Amino acid sequence: MSTLERLFHSPAGQAVARRAGLAAPTELRRGRTWPGGEIALAELGPSRLGADTLGLVGRPWREPVVDATDGDDPPAYESPLGALVVDATDLRSIPDLERLRAVLRPAARALEPSGRVVVLARPTEAVDGWEARAVAQALDGLNRSVGKELRHGATATLLYVDPAADPPDLRSTLGFLLQGRSAFVDGQSWRVGPTLVPRVDERAAAGGRPLKGRLVVVTGAARGIGAAIARVLARDGADIVAVDVPAAGQALSAVANEVRGTALQLDITSPQAGARIAAHVAERHGGASLFGIVHNAGITRDKLLVNTDAQRWRAVLDVNLAAEIAINEVLLDPGMAGGLAEGGRIVGIASTSGIAGNRGQANYAASKAGVVGLVRAMAPELAGRGITVNAVAPGFIETEMTAKIPFVQREVFRRSNSLGQGGDPIDVAETIGYFLDPASGGVTGQVVRVCGQNLVGA
Amino acid sequence: MPSPTGLPDAVVIGGNRTPFAKSGGAYANASAHDLLTAALDGLVARFGLAGTRVGEVAAGAVLKHSRDVSLTREAVLSSALAPETPAVDLQLACATGLEATVLIANKIALGQIQVGIAGGVDSASDAPIALSDPLRRALLAANAATSLSARVKALAAIRPSHLKPDTPRLSEPRTGLSMGEHQALTNLAWNLTRQAQDELAAASHHRLARAWDAGFFDDLVTPYLGLTRDAVLRPDTSVERLATLKPVFGSGDAATLTAGNSTALSDGAATVLLAEAGWAAEHHLPALARFVDAEVAAVDHPGGADLLLAPVGAIGRLLTRRGLGLDDFQFIEIHEAFAGTVLATLAALESEEYCRRLGLPGAVGTVEESRLNVNGSSLATGHPFAATGPRIVATLATLLAGRGPGSRGLISVCAAGGQGVVAILEAV
Repeated sequence: MSTLERLFHSPAGQAVARRAGLAAPTELRRGRTWPGGEIALAELGPSRLGADTLGLVGRPWREPVVDATDGDDPPAYESPLGALVVDATDLRSIPDLERLRAVLRPAARALEPSGRVVVLARPTEAVDGWEARAVAQALDGLNRSVGKELRHGATATLLYVDPAADPPDLRSTLGFLLQGRSAFVDGQSWRVGPTLVPRVDERAAAGGRPLKGRLVVVTGAARGIGAAIARVLARDGADIVAVDVPAAGQALSAVANEVRGTALQLDITSPQAGARIAAHVAERHGGASLFGIVHNAGITRDKLLVNTDAQRWRAVLDVNLAAEIAINEVLLDPGMAGGLAEGGRIVGIASTSGIAGNRGQANYAASKAGVVGLVRAMAPELAGRGITVNAVAPGFIETEMTAKIPFVQREVFRRSNSLGQGGDPIDVAETIGYFLDPASGGVTGQVVRVCGQNLVGA
Repeated sequence: MPSPTGLPDAVVIGGNRTPFAKSGGAYANASAHDLLTAALDGLVARFGLAGTRVGEVAAGAVLKHSRDVSLTREAVLSSALAPETPAVDLQLACATGLEATVLIANKIALGQIQVGIAGGVDSASDAPIALSDPLRRALLAANAATSLSARVKALAAIRPSHLKPDTPRLSEPRTGLSMGEHQALTNLAWNLTRQAQDELAAASHHRLARAWDAGFFDDLVTPYLGLTRDAVLRPDTSVERLATLKPVFGSGDAATLTAGNSTALSDGAATVLLAEAGWAAEHHLPALARFVDAEVAAVDHPGGADLLLAPVGAIGRLLTRRGLGLDDFQFIEIHEAFAGTVLATLAALESEEYCRRLGLPGAVGTVEESRLNVNGSSLATGHPFAATGPRIVATLATLLAGRGPGSRGLISVCAAGGQGVVAILEAV
């Protein structure tokens, strides 16, 4: 810790920091926890999607407080509000938007710390007419603005729900958003569609261990975000195959033993990597197939593009993108023992740097944007097999790697988002756990940013 | 080769070791306890045994602190294995780890346990240094004294010379000769040239380097304390370079023993997982090779026999008992205590006269060079004494599994005290 950093964290330093608007950020609600206050459900039309999904999630709800169309002082909730869920799937016109405003305004004033706003809407292409499509897009701008205005760790999310998706398809997503698992996901919108494979037994999910008995490979699992992914998925019941380069073996075996999984020392860029993963799965798990793979392994070789040689360029693209493609190809071979099961899960790790670009990270940003492209390309092709392909895009996450960034720069990075703090590796892991949930079969081709609504990367 | 006794098969499932470090190197501050725990934890992670109660863990160390009475049990308690896993320490000099493997395999074959771990560890960096005998006696007497004056009197017996610590010696109690001095005698007796010894040493380094580069050890070694490969390994060494090293003993043509063709003092730990074949299948664990049989032997080195050639008699008796010849083995692993040990062992196996003197029906036979220590051995990996046996067992089992069912391997490990342990593995 530098002298400056120590000073900043001293009582005197903190007093100055508070006056400078750098107060200690709100501690976020995390894990499988529900909002403390009531959940209000606003139904803006005849749709029962919101009500039925909340029913499946098992949370009671109340009527929302609605603002009048005139007057400055809106009616108030009598106690702090845990979450507002808005079923806006029937919303088509500009005047309809006023009804959304009227429920958002009182709720935004009443939300408890780490409260939630979740708006359910139809995808742009699922509605007819120019105005309806414009309105569907308007919701995105509204959601992002609400995310930026909410305080004390409260977040806003917009879900575009395909008309073919029903409440069971939406259950895992709404559960994720209302729970503390989505702590660092803010101002995002993504799409939920219909599940294409038979739905899973609801009882397993009810126990909070939706991945029980399911085998998941996590690459880069020796430390940081990868280790957190292994821990969170194991908590959710998964059997973990922890993969990392042989040189990271000591840390890898500690993680594997902690989660009671197995360690596989493997260079993912080797041509045999996919086959070795499949062989390990087939042999060590009695011919079981793989339920999911999380391609977490990644490297950086940061330099300005003017200083980036072919070696630095290639190393990053090989590990972060080419290896993922090569391993997927092997595991997706339907005849491959130890390959990915029908109804399985593939998760990639993109980055806000990949979405927004970043000075000094041309190679890294290219590889991570490539992951976004890969997810979008693969998802429709694998939908027929019930395999979902998604990615998370972490923003500033507190890891050993980011702890090496100089203090002032790090403090700027971690505060330049709507939640005013860096994320925890667990936040990335929880989002991956949501993708892996057997009940999330309708979520595919999505890239969810876990960035606290970072200012960069839109 | 079916088990003639109808007993259950003990199979080698796999192994794990730390990379071996030079004494005073990467593991300078790691104790034998730390090293053995690390090797166990890597094994547990590789085979998903966290929280599992294993039938028994047998391991040992040659250099042992007095506090390490239950070294293995304590390492088990520090590891991710279930704390209900029992453990035993044993010691047979450099063959400790192989003898531990024999013990576990035998218990499995007798149905006493279904799964067990054999291991060995040594740290030349963390060698126990004892008090000199007079100092120790004086302190014990002072402790036993019942009056102050008796205590003062006891302590007054201490002389400055007594304060010199008693460091562990690698010399033979019966002959007073160090192991190197014994090997020098053997080299002379068998007319081993410096050239032949250096060639064997260079080949060991080159073969080990090739195996590392090919990823052979990805599933056999877990890095520890930042060390990711065996530190003794010199991939770029050559016969020419080895020829420049100064001999350690003797002079002239007789002086052939150098640091290059002798094993280096090293630190490390190695483990092997064995199980009853049915148990392994039930738990979806690979059966690399069956532990077929083993034999121990000793020679009369105080009476003039070559100290490190005891395995010759053991090999001869084991092969006779099994009706096998050296040609029946695709891989032969002879621990490289010194390059000369291997060369003398090979020569003795070929010698009608030597073998008959041991009571064998005739010469055991010739070891084909291409089958010998194909992925290098102790000269290149290093030799943390007790860890060498499990290192070889895991390496050989992996080689055999790669070669295919029915292929056989022979292990020979010589030990101080004029002893040797040999064993046969066969791919399942």
